[in-house]
Order: sequence, then structure tokens, then C-alpha cells
Amino acid sequence: MTTTDAGSAGRFVGQSVRRKEDPRLLTGRGTYVDDMSLPGMLHACFVRSNVAHGRIVSIDCDAARAVDGVVAVLTGTELNVGRGSMQPTLMFEDAANVAVQPLTEGTVLFVGDPVALVVAESRAVAEDAAELVEVNIDMLEAVVGFDAALLEGAPLVHPDKGANVGQDMPVIMPGWDEIKADAAHVVSATFNQHRQTNVPMETRGIVASFDPASGELHAYLSTQNPHEARLVLSRVTGVPEHLVRVTARDVGGGFGQKMFLFRDEQTIGAAAVYLGRSIKWIEDRRENLIASNHARADRTTVELALDADGKLLGAFVDEVEDAGAWPLGSMGGAAPAVGAYFTGAYKLPFLSWHARAVWTNTCQRGAYRGPWMMETTAREQMVDYAARAIGMDPWEWRRRNVVKDADLPYTTPMFMTYDDSISPDATLEQAAQVIDYDAFRAEQRRAFESEGRLLGVGLSLYIEPCAMGMMDPLSTETANVRVMPSGKVSVALGTGSHGQGLETTMAQVVAEELGIDIDDVIVVQGDTASSPFGRGTGGSGSAIIGANACRLASAAVRDKAFAIAAQLMEAAANDLEVSDGRITVKGTPARGIDFAEVARVAYLETAKLPEGMEASLEATHTYKAPPVTWANACHACTVEVDRYTGLVKILRYVVSEDCGKMINPAIVDGQIAGGVVQGIGGVLFEHMIYDPDGNPLATTFMDYLLPTAAEIPTIEIHHIETPAPNPGGHKGVGEGGAIGAPACVFNAVADALALLDVTITDQPLGPREVLDALMAAGH
Amino acid sequence: MTDQAIAITVNGERRKGRTEARTTLADFLRDELALTGTHVGCEHGVCGACTVLLDGEAVRSCLVLAVQADGADITTIEGIGPEPGRLGPVQQAFMECHGLQCGFCTPGFVVSVTSFLAEQPAPTDDEIREMLSGNICRCTGYQGIVAAVHRATELIEEATA
Repeated sequence: MTTTDAGSAGRFVGQSVRRKEDPRLLTGRGTYVDDMSLPGMLHACFVRSNVAHGRIVSIDCDAARAVDGVVAVLTGTELNVGRGSMQPTLMFEDAANVAVQPLTEGTVLFVGDPVALVVAESRAVAEDAAELVEVNIDMLEAVVGFDAALLEGAPLVHPDKGANVGQDMPVIMPGWDEIKADAAHVVSATFNQHRQTNVPMETRGIVASFDPASGELHAYLSTQNPHEARLVLSRVTGVPEHLVRVTARDVGGGFGQKMFLFRDEQTIGAAAVYLGRSIKWIEDRRENLIASNHARADRTTVELALDADGKLLGAFVDEVEDAGAWPLGSMGGAAPAVGAYFTGAYKLPFLSWHARAVWTNTCQRGAYRGPWMMETTAREQMVDYAARAIGMDPWEWRRRNVVKDADLPYTTPMFMTYDDSISPDATLEQAAQVIDYDAFRAEQRRAFESEGRLLGVGLSLYIEPCAMGMMDPLSTETANVRVMPSGKVSVALGTGSHGQGLETTMAQVVAEELGIDIDDVIVVQGDTASSPFGRGTGGSGSAIIGANACRLASAAVRDKAFAIAAQLMEAAANDLEVSDGRITVKGTPARGIDFAEVARVAYLETAKLPEGMEASLEATHTYKAPPVTWANACHACTVEVDRYTGLVKILRYVVSEDCGKMINPAIVDGQIAGGVVQGIGGVLFEHMIYDPDGNPLATTFMDYLLPTAAEIPTIEIHHIETPAPNPGGHKGVGEGGAIGAPACVFNAVADALALLDVTITDQPLGPREVLDALMAAGH
Repeated sequence: MTDQAIAITVNGERRKGRTEARTTLADFLRDELALTGTHVGCEHGVCGACTVLLDGEAVRSCLVLAVQADGADITTIEGIGPEPGRLGPVQQAFMECHGLQCGFCTPGFVVSVTSFLAEQPAPTDDEIREMLSGNICRCTGYQGIVAAVHRATELIEEATA
């Protein structure tokens, strides 16, 4: 269900144009990395630690090397020598502060830590030989979980760092004690969000091909970010950047996991150069679950001070995140953001926070759709917790505290300013009305009093910072719009579409600006050889940064086409307009020239061009995002909790969101629904659990439970379209669904359990956890 | 390992090959026959991305050995449509309803839905969701896929009317 204001829609922009990607993907003709085969290509399999923490005594590769078809068995002795930095991103070059090597030597730090690499003529032979590599490890005590990491005298994950706290950022503002002393209410609670992982349906993979004669390294990758991957591969292999090419045709999802180039892909690149061969490595599902990246795993204590009417006086936030064993990009990148963005959609006069990230002997933490979404999870769960504590309905509490239109622009206590392009109040009201909040409250009372049934309703309201303009290289994208002599158009972009349909949406923008048919536009992306340097796809940025680069490059092409047309028609360029592929004089549609004819002249009859004009018809524009673009949304859902089985059933799920001007409403809805379902799955099904010794217990899809169509309700999506202050008016939309959903589902379950005076603070909320909470309260 | 000769009909074409006894049908289709539209998502029979029709029945090709398929008639995603360049009704419905994003799970869904609708041409919403629960999609939240199955029933009915 979608409500859209189509009034501002163009011929293509604002329309649910069918995707250009779909015909090939629907007929099995996509090209994912595992579909790529090269002559003489070898296959690789990693040998990984099966203990969480221990000293490597020996690695015996003799039996593996003797297997027919094995080309090499590599350990750190061969592959770690002379390696450059393995920092997986161009950002935070010095922030990681723990050196990573291709293959671990000395001490293994988690189950899945790679210690050797078998390269063979087939994947099967590589796996057979990997079984024969004997790794002898002296086990050490593993550090698993926040308490173990923070315990006085705990074993150290990185002894040279002297502590398991790898990042410690206190932003303690003066005056909190005085605010609390004067407050009518002070409420405090601690929320745990459990460990989850991205689970793209296509695992990670690379085919790395090195030609010793030319010195060129070509990597076919499953990546969100081809240009960054190129420089990262260059750094680790020593192959100069211009001799590295990265290609990613179709990418089977990523959700952040493929934004940075991880250690394993870098290692395969290094091995290809070391052996002078082509090597394919396709991660298997067990590796993806235990050794790619994990996410969430936060513990947040929130203290709120409220006046007698429930209005916020201030907040203190203490955030700890589990960063795992090895850094992926910056150490603890998300924890400070939980503090910095905690304000959300509320008028908050005071905010003080302390963020820490701890090393543990578990899989590394990485980006997952809304990497710092604990700010929303903790805040929105705390809002309901505090409202209940002071006897106020959570919707009413939000109405009293929400930033309203009249409050804009609003500057948060962390000195960030929301301009007047946000609409949290409108989305709150819309979501609550669509879910029929008051009627549901009445039904909830009736069902409980007359039948003992536990119904609950939850809200989750947030503001999301999108397309970070202050974080290079994520801040810019370059579009090259090139018109061919026939008038057809090729657009080169540095993006890494992995399900978002950028070949379609970017073509919509270009066709709209040039006034030509979308069938005459092709978008080429995911290839460093054919596109200018770009930011890749992530951080809810492609609509803002990529589309505006396309729009402004197209506008330059259109201006040049008008100048040529003006010369050919003896008209003034500023009197011209273009639509349906024809450039005409405004108000005199009979006077015109085809866009294709202008293109032909630009290349094939250059003598007719205006004096001094460069031949050809193309333009390149680099768009730099504003520091932050704010998107906002409110989620509302209703649930029934079975008090005897602990099962949570979602009855309705409503999203009211404002992502500004939409390029393709069907794709926008798809992004929202996908994110919401990941959030629902995270709360109700998914749990990447470790035992106390650091053994991962969810190593298949029979243990790591993903939501299926049978558990998921219809997601009812409604739009409020407030244009953002950028040329296209777009905001980000990729991450929001996953940011808002967990707190919404949690709040609905907490609301149902509150009928029995049961209080919950932790996710997940599978049947066992719900029953445990009921039993702990004596039910 | 000893190779074994097998002969199967794939998408109407007789194909022969040699394979180890341990090779799965999914790997045989992808590596030996270069039919890379069948995707391998978990290799343990849960995600459904590798679903193909084996003698008309939807099976997970990661759980079938290639030698078990000797003599069988296989339809993969490459053979679901009526002819190259044209979409079948299920494929068309997925495109119309935005039933795919990254496309990796899509071949398995299209094959599973094709098989399901052949048996059950007018399913209810609950029956559709129950049937779809054998395949995992991580992108769409299933909204577009459920809509696509409804739409496919209309397209099939129109085509046969």
C-alpha cells in the first residue's frame, strides 16, 4: 500500500519505471562473481582457526601439498612478507591501530581466523587438501562478551594495546547532576542488542587475475565499492593503482558487508600476484556466517531526566559495542555515533555521553544497514520504558517531545542542525493514525480483560543522517554523461549497485534532464576502467550524491546541445526546451531539431558547431554532498504475544517516511520493506550466538534463522515528500527500514508484556526469551 | 575419484558430461554445463536459490548429486521462459511487481513459483506465503514477491483464456 503525491513527478523521475536490470536477472543471465571463469583459473580455500584464542605452535602443510592438483599451500611465512597496509577503506587510514596481515601468525583471535590458504586446480581439491593441513594451537582463555572484556584482569585480545577497550570516547557535558536534581522524574535502563550479521544471499567472492608480463591485476569482485577496492588492492599487493582494475557486474546484496574490501579478498589478490595466476575464491555460507563480519552487539544504558509533564530535560547515554577481534576500517566506528545522534526527533535540551568499543575473541564487527542504529534502538525503547514508568502513553509522550515544524531549524545538543526539510511530527501522526492507535488500545484492553490475550502496539521515530558530506571519500560521486553520434547516451558512474537498481534510477534522472527516452540511456557502473572515481554504494547516499551528479552532468550536456541547436536553428539557446528527444523553440513547437541530429553534428559535422566550441557532446560533474542530509520516518506495529508458547505474531506493520523527492517509488518501497524485514528478523529470529569459549553456534541457516514470507506481514508504506535542500530534492532511503524496525517490534512486545507487569530490556525476542521473561515475573 | 558419465536433458537439450560421484547437480549445471543462472546460496538445502525442476518437480540442486539426475529432464531458470529474450508469466510478474532487487535468490523463487502455480493455479495469500517460505530473500522483504505470485496467476489465466 503506497500513498504518493504524484503531483511533482516528471516523465521518468517520480515514476515506478520497470528496472533495466530485471530481464537479465530473471532469465539467469546475470553475471555474479562466481559466474566468472578465466582460462587456467585456480581455486582457493582458507584454512581457519577452530579455536577462539590460542598460540599457533605449528602448521604442517606437507600432506596438503602432496595432494594431486594442489598448486600451493600458503601461510603467513610466504604471504605476509612485505605486505602493505590492509586497512580495508580509504577512510580512517590510521585509526585501526591494530595491524592486520593476510594470514594470522602467532596468535589466533577468533574461530574463523585464517591461518593458511590452499590453491588448487578445483575447489573440491582445495577443500580436500585444506582438511589435511594440520594446525596445532595451544588454547588460551577466550574473551567473549562485554563483561568478560571489561573484567579487571581479563585476558587481553591485543596484549600490546594494554586493554580490551580499544576506543574510549567520553563526551561528558557539565551540569547533568544539577538537571537530574531538579527533574520531576529520572528514569534509567540498560538495553542489550544481540549480535547479528548481514547475510547477503550471495556470499563474498573474488576472481583475482594477475598477469606477470603486463603487471596488471584484474579483480572481479562482489563489492559495493569498486574504486575503493582498487586502491585497497593496490596497497596490499604493491601493484600500482593504475594497473589494478576492479569489475563488479551483478552483486547479490551486501547491506554494508561489501562496502569495504575485507581481509580475505585482499589475501586472494595478494596470492594471485604472489603466484602470478588467476585465483577464484567464493566464500561458503559457514565462512560467511562466522568470518565475514558481525554487527549490532551493543549494550546501552540510558538515563533520562523529565519534567512533571514528561518533557525531556536531558539524557545521559553510556554505549559499549563489541568490535570483535580484528578491526574492519576504524575500531569502534559506530559507538560515538550512537551518542552523537541520540537526540533523534525530540527536543532535547542536554545530552552527555560515553562511548566505548571493546575487543573480544569473536568475529569482527562491520557495517550493517544503519551501523549505529543503536541510537534509535536504545532511544525509542527508552522512550516507551520511561513513558510507562511515569504513567504516560508512549504516543502521547512522543507528541509532547517531538520536534515540530515550528521548532525548525532545530539544533541538537551535539550542535547538529535539522533544517526545515524534515517532518517527524507528520510521520508520527500519520503512522499512529494509519495503525488506528486509539482503536487498537481499546481492542487491547478488551482482548486482555475478556480473553487474557496479550496484544501490544509499538512506535519508533527517528531521524537518519544520510550521505555524509563530511566523510571523504563517501562524500562525492562523479557522473560522466556521454552522448554518442546516434544520440544514444552512456552514463559512467563509480557506484556499486547491489540490488538498488541504480542502472534504472540513474537512467531515469538522465533521461528526465535530457528530455529523451529512458530506453536510449545505459548506465555503466561497477567497473573502475570505465568510470571516474566514485564513492560506491552505501550510507544511504546514491540518490543524493549519484543522482545529483547525474542531474548536473546531464544539465551541462543539455546546455551544450541547446547551444548547438541554437546555432543550427538560428534561435537563442535560452529560448529552447527539449522533450521526447526533440529540441524546440518554446511556444513554437513546429520549430525544432531532433536531439539525435544535434549529437550527430557534434561528432560528424563539426564545422557546423558554434565558433570555438569543442566537438563531442559529453559532460562530467562531480557532486559533493552537503555535510548531512536528514531523512525521517515513524514505524508503528501491532503484535500478539502467545503467553503459553512465547511466540510473537506481527499483526500489522506501518511505515510513514520522508525520503524527499522519490526517483522511483517502487524501488523506494522495496528498500523500506527489505530493511524493515531485516529489522523484524533481527528481533524475532536472528541470533549470532557464541558459547562461553567463543565457539559460534549459528553456522548454518538451520541455526541462524532468517525471516521467510510466512512470518512477515504486509508492510504498509506511506510517504510524506518534503524535498531536501539539494538539486533533486532527494534524501537517503537504503538504511532507514532497518534502523526503525527493531525498536518498533520490541516496543510492541514490551507493550503486550506490560499487561502482565513484565518488563523487558533485551533483544532478541524469540519464544524462549519471551517465555523466560514471563516466567521470571512469575507467570 | 572416478568420473562417471551422465546424460541429462536440460531445457530441452540433450547434454552429456563426466563428473565425480560427489558433484552436486548445482555444481554440474554451473561448472560443466556453464548454466550459471542456478545460484548456490547455502549448499545445505535451506535457502532455495539453487531450485530447478527435475522431471517437473522443484528440487534443491545442491542436495541432488549430478549422478542421481542421470537420465532426468531438468529445467533451469535459463529454460523457464518461452524463448530467448521473452519472459514467461512468472518472470513478467516479478518484473512488474518489483519482486527482485539483487536478483541472486530470484532464479530459485521463479522456478519454485512456476512449479507451485502449475499445481495450484488460484492460491490464497496464506498459501502463497507458506509456499514461498521454502526460499529466502534478503532484499525485498517479500512484499514484491507475494504480489508477483498473485500477478502471475492473472497473467497465466489471461494467457490460457
